[in-house]
Amino acid sequence: MAGTSSNQAAEAGAVDALEALGVDGLSLSIAGSRILDGVSFTVPKGGVTALIGRNGAGKTTTLRSIIGLEHATGSIRITGVEVAGWPTYRRIRLGIGYVPEDRDVFGHLTVRENLQLAEVGPNPRYDQVYEIFPELAQRSLQLAGTLSGGQQQMLAIARVLLTERALLLIDEPSKGLSPRFVGELVEALEKVRGGATVILVEQNIHVVKRLAGQLVILDQGRVAHTGPVEDLDDPELVRRLLGVSTGS
Amino acid sequence: MSTFTAIVISGIALGAIYFLVASGLSLIYGLMDILNFAHGAFLTIGAYAGLELSLHLANGGGPIGFLAVLLVAAVAGAAVAAAAEVLLIRPLYERPVSQILITIGLDLVVVGLLLGVFGSDSRQIVVPIWLTRATHVGSLSIPNGDFAGLAAGAVVYAGLGLFLKYTRFGLVIRAGAENREMVQALGIDVSKAFTFVFGLGGAAAGVAGLLYAVVFSGSLVGPTQGDQLLIFAFIVVVIGGLGSIRGSAIAGIVVGLVQVVSQYYLGSKSGWAEAGDISVVILLALVLSLRPGGLAGAKQR
Repeated sequence: MAGTSSNQAAEAGAVDALEALGVDGLSLSIAGSRILDGVSFTVPKGGVTALIGRNGAGKTTTLRSIIGLEHATGSIRITGVEVAGWPTYRRIRLGIGYVPEDRDVFGHLTVRENLQLAEVGPNPRYDQVYEIFPELAQRSLQLAGTLSGGQQQMLAIARVLLTERALLLIDEPSKGLSPRFVGELVEALEKVRGGATVILVEQNIHVVKRLAGQLVILDQGRVAHTGPVEDLDDPELVRRLLGVSTGS
Repeated sequence: MSTFTAIVISGIALGAIYFLVASGLSLIYGLMDILNFAHGAFLTIGAYAGLELSLHLANGGGPIGFLAVLLVAAVAGAAVAAAAEVLLIRPLYERPVSQILITIGLDLVVVGLLLGVFGSDSRQIVVPIWLTRATHVGSLSIPNGDFAGLAAGAVVYAGLGLFLKYTRFGLVIRAGAENREMVQALGIDVSKAFTFVFGLGGAAAGVAGLLYAVVFSGSLVGPTQGDQLLIFAFIVVVIGGLGSIRGSAIAGIVVGLVQVVSQYYLGSKSGWAEAGDISVVILLALVLSLRPGGLAGAKQR
């Protein structure tokens, strides 16, 4: 029996070692409306997992619940650590970088001050960040509120790259950006990811296909499909769960 | 002309003291969205703490002794404010209405306790003799207390500005005033900033309580002094623009000037005792009708 227990523990440890994030039975109601209804999925370490779905499927709420900005019930494990009930800042300090949907840069602070604020670990990597986004170095004394949408997106991503993070949660990075800048952004994301695990919420299927390896599709607050990104080649699945006609 | 100049200086000194109270209120609202009705209690506790020390100093202890009295007022105001944040406000972070109600309750309790312990009669702070005299500049005779008020306001304004601009805590407070949620999402424990801001505001309020008593109230301290000053401090915060330190500084001086000048020219000469206070309320109505967000218009909710 003891041997069985230790085997189970070893097995669980092995699973934990491979798991960057696990959510189980994540549920949330706001003003009587069920936003998340038992969302469960795991994200393996390394690679990019796209969290996609129609508008209002619960993608952003799921990300916000993972870091504690929404008070959902259920289990959330970050690198094997159960964090349900933890305040946001403690979850983030486990090695999460969060890029919110609307960038949420601090408009009254300079670019440099926005980055300084994100220095939560030792040895901030300004050289690397400025190498990837040289425009930010040139505009370091400019107020972030006066940057263009694309520049603000660079800054929002740069904030989470300043310190080494194991898990990046990136919410709709291409939202509101011109097609030209979306291309630049995808290249930057490919370049900056390094060994980090990424959970990417994204409406642009082309971006998802280019960056992601795994899919989690949400529909009406539930997980409707999980699988490899190649599943997006199935026009019936795309039409049914994303409401998008691929025309192929 | 010399009378007018002296009145203007007195008005600015009063405005500097209003700023001391309003700066804390404004910082707390800017970061935490709390209208802190207990701020008057911090002010009164600071004044009483300074008073107790002054009673043990011969002739108020001279300039060093008076600085020590101010320091004790600041420390007492800060300690009570920080404790109130940790013990009363923190458990109610998700309940803004309850937070406001508990600050009102705390104020009532503090006033009640002070009445119970010290009675309703005002008590006199022992101040150094030089503080009760005046400095002659040409034909002007300016009370030294006015200089003390002006100096305290200027030091706190400059100190706050440097602190907010050049320290990490200051950066967190400025960012938190803009988007508190995102500060947490960067891995920063914003509750430490909440406690710090309460403490900072309490320190400034404690100094203000003591200085107001010394400069404008014949060195007398009473249990309800804080509540009387708090009303004008709230008016200053609203006129300046909720959450704006610079707005509070400008509004403090404007309110102090309007109050003192109108009290002298309308009140003292006509016998209309409340002319200064009513002028301030009229000023508030004018600003709100012309600029609803206040002079700085930093934050409207």
